[in-house]
Amino acid sequence: MKFRAGQRVRVAVRPHEGHHRTPGYLKGKPGNIELVHGSFTNPETRAYGADGLPLQPVYLVGFQQREVWPDYRGDPGDRIYVDVFEHWLEEAE
Amino acid sequence: MERAVHDRGGTPTDAPIDRTEHELSDWELLTDALVGALGGEGLMNVDELRRGIESMPADEYERASYYERWLSSIETILTEKGVLAPGELDARLAR
Repeated sequence: MKFRAGQRVRVAVRPHEGHHRTPGYLKGKPGNIELVHGSFTNPETRAYGADGLPLQPVYLVGFQQREVWPDYRGDPGDRIYVDVFEHWLEEAE
Repeated sequence: MERAVHDRGGTPTDAPIDRTEHELSDWELLTDALVGALGGEGLMNVDELRRGIESMPADEYERASYYERWLSSIETILTEKGVLAPGELDARLAR
């Protein structure tokens, strides 16, 4: 596991042709590792008939709504939680 | 960064959200069961199902209902794998 709970991360911004499960609205956004779900087969290769190995760690990442949506008008403490594969996460300051 | 048609979280719209429910038709139940059976036989997995849906032309994707997208994907994936011949379904339906 590259990350541990509490660590600050950022979702990678990179072009990716083909199937992946990282939503566009999160790309480039900073968040916090909330917990490590474990390791799972990789949908990016499994979607093309491969076995999805090696397993990829998946994290529950918490994002401040205000950092995801610039004009968010809800409670400043609101967060959105999304499962993200490790290879879409980078260390953040 | 350009997003594919399915990747629409946060996309602004003034269109109302259709929250109506409907009874599933027999063909929809069969489609669901078919995906389960194809998975059980190792012919198609859920990631392939999703990829097939996401690769639909944008206008077809927008027009299609939930299970119509599943059907489209099943045909795409099974044709890729040679389980179905190109045009086989259309030919059979035309009989």
